[in-house]
Amino acid sequence: MLAYIGRRAILGIFTVWAISVLAFAIIQLPPGDYVTSYIAQMASMGSVVSDEEAQNLRIQYGLGQPIYVQYFKWMRLIIQGNFGMSMEWRRPVTEVIGERLWLTVIVSVAALILTWVLALPIGIYSAVRQYSVGDYVATFIGFIGLAVPNFLLALVLLYLGFVLFNAHIGGLFSPEFQDAEWSGARAWDLAKHLPIPAVILGLAGTAQQIRIMRANLLDELRKPYVVTARSKGLSEARVILRYPVRVALNPFASTIGYTLPYIVSGSIIVSLVLGLPTVGPLLLKALIAQDMFLAGTIVLLLGVMTVIGTLISDIVLVLIDPRIRLEET
Amino acid sequence: MAEPEAILERGGSPLGGPTAVADTREQRIFVASQWQLMWWRFRKHKVAVASAVVVASFYLIVLGADFLAYADPNASEAHRSLMPPQRVYWFDGGRLSPHVYGLKGARDPQTFKRVYVADPDRKIPIRFFAEGFEYRLFGLIPTTRHLIGVDGGADATQAVFLLGTDVQGRDLWSRLMYGTRISLTIGLFGVTVSLILGVVLGGFSGFYGGMADTIIQRTIEILRSIPTIPLWMGLAAALPRDWSVLQVYLAITIIISLLGWTELARVVRGRFLAMREEDFVVSARLVGCSQMRTIFVHMVPSFMSHIIAATTLALPAMIISETALSFLGLGLRPPAISWGVLLQQAQNVQTVAISPWLMLPAVPVIIAVMAFNFLGDGLRDAADPYGR
Repeated sequence: MLAYIGRRAILGIFTVWAISVLAFAIIQLPPGDYVTSYIAQMASMGSVVSDEEAQNLRIQYGLGQPIYVQYFKWMRLIIQGNFGMSMEWRRPVTEVIGERLWLTVIVSVAALILTWVLALPIGIYSAVRQYSVGDYVATFIGFIGLAVPNFLLALVLLYLGFVLFNAHIGGLFSPEFQDAEWSGARAWDLAKHLPIPAVILGLAGTAQQIRIMRANLLDELRKPYVVTARSKGLSEARVILRYPVRVALNPFASTIGYTLPYIVSGSIIVSLVLGLPTVGPLLLKALIAQDMFLAGTIVLLLGVMTVIGTLISDIVLVLIDPRIRLEET
Repeated sequence: MAEPEAILERGGSPLGGPTAVADTREQRIFVASQWQLMWWRFRKHKVAVASAVVVASFYLIVLGADFLAYADPNASEAHRSLMPPQRVYWFDGGRLSPHVYGLKGARDPQTFKRVYVADPDRKIPIRFFAEGFEYRLFGLIPTTRHLIGVDGGADATQAVFLLGTDVQGRDLWSRLMYGTRISLTIGLFGVTVSLILGVVLGGFSGFYGGMADTIIQRTIEILRSIPTIPLWMGLAAALPRDWSVLQVYLAITIIISLLGWTELARVVRGRFLAMREEDFVVSARLVGCSQMRTIFVHMVPSFMSHIIAATTLALPAMIISETALSFLGLGLRPPAISWGVLLQQAQNVQTVAISPWLMLPAVPVIIAVMAFNFLGDGLRDAADPYGR
């Protein structure tokens, strides 16, 4: 078991490294650099940046050096916990990102938990009562969830909220808590705002998990051991929950590996539509302004977050499925 | 293609009796080719058949976008800004004569917003196969005929707006037709690139195994555990601003397929692994077939159907990716028209609340994604020889 987790951890480290290279490469791809876009920005506001000043800026940010040198410099700083300066905001990157990263984590985890909480009972119900009205309803909602891209769903809900209730359903905080210090009241306010983004982000995953759970459980329910358990007079709930559900849970847990990156991805674009104070809107702005340290840090942190989440799900998988432990040792 | 039921009827002559019926039917199944069997199984899946029709109609729109559009998709006019969709009246005094009412622009005295009022005195008849702007049908035949239009051809003073207009006064219906063309072809090209990458790398991985397999599998695992949207955003934002529409189109295709090949590679590898030890593959190798021949003549045809199904299932993701990127303003850029570009105008909830028809381009996105999903599911079930 330890060997298995160790192997996953090594893969995780490789993934983080790959993400860091990709993140850095992406930031370097556009022609020109931050200084060019800074000059353009200044020019549009009517002021001129002299060549000398531009040169000084380039030296200050180390923009003139070869790309791999810039990468190693960046990495060295990151290992020291210094993510560099945001060139656009003129403040340390960590300060600009601030609580946004944690809000991204909270929104993503909420969506993931919702996926599980909804998909598990609905999936079991759909399998046990196959072809019932409830099964068809679940299947139908599942297909909608898969077919409607989450940002469109966000848009439609936003529109309906606006037209029907004349309320803005976006955001994560009420105006009075926007910039307030953390307190019980603010956390409660956040909790009240969470369900809508969580549903939007979790729906596609939920739909998929319901289908997986249903299919797996249907396979298990036909097996002889279920008949044996039933003929021995176990209660129906025990017959189903004790063994087949546990077996069927395995692929259910193993898909968190891809559900999480999907949710994190989705949170970026949904945040833009709903105006959530996550890293999403910040990333878009940073990319457009070619604020390389900020954009690179966000992509890197999102990747690391996903890798850690996937690793946790791998460990959970080992805990609930003894077969994996046997295979690996 | 002859159907087993038809044969069944002919075979069921008074002399033959029920057993003969069963026999002929079974014989039909025994001699049927792989594709025939697939078709019979596919046909049973009603939703998949319906989806196939929907997908086919979408691609007909792709082919005939200019014929179905009735207004130049890029012709903007300020005084036609944000017109609501017009209601079509089919009858005029009991006679079939489809027409719409002309719209009068006015200012709302209280909010100062521009509003449009239908003017029942000004009937604008809709003509079929009418003259309109010039284009080349299927890119070849120059013509000015469109499915519908109004009297007066390209310089008509009055116009129809079946789905309303956008902020710049461009006709939404016509733009939607052109958007369909770009959104669906970008998906198709993207999936082709993914397919090539997936088949080559997946095949390599599954056929040779060993070190190559490990490296490719680990790469796939790494790619799959990266959140794609931030990466896409990064790559797409890196495209130079001065690139032409065509360059951006190709670049976006490559970006969405670079990360989309992993699923296809997984399917192909799985098939290769499962088949490598099959008797017919072993015997092909033993009689001295070259590796190329073993792969392309013996192995590939037997899992072609699976690849087709997996490809169909990969298409919706491509369409959604393009729509999402363009929606953010990082994908295709105007003057290119795609579903995502059209939806960009619906980004702001205040705008949408006033002009809800701007959200209409979401409808084809959802229908297309659903149709491709059902079609892919149906194909996958039909391709599985051990299915019901």
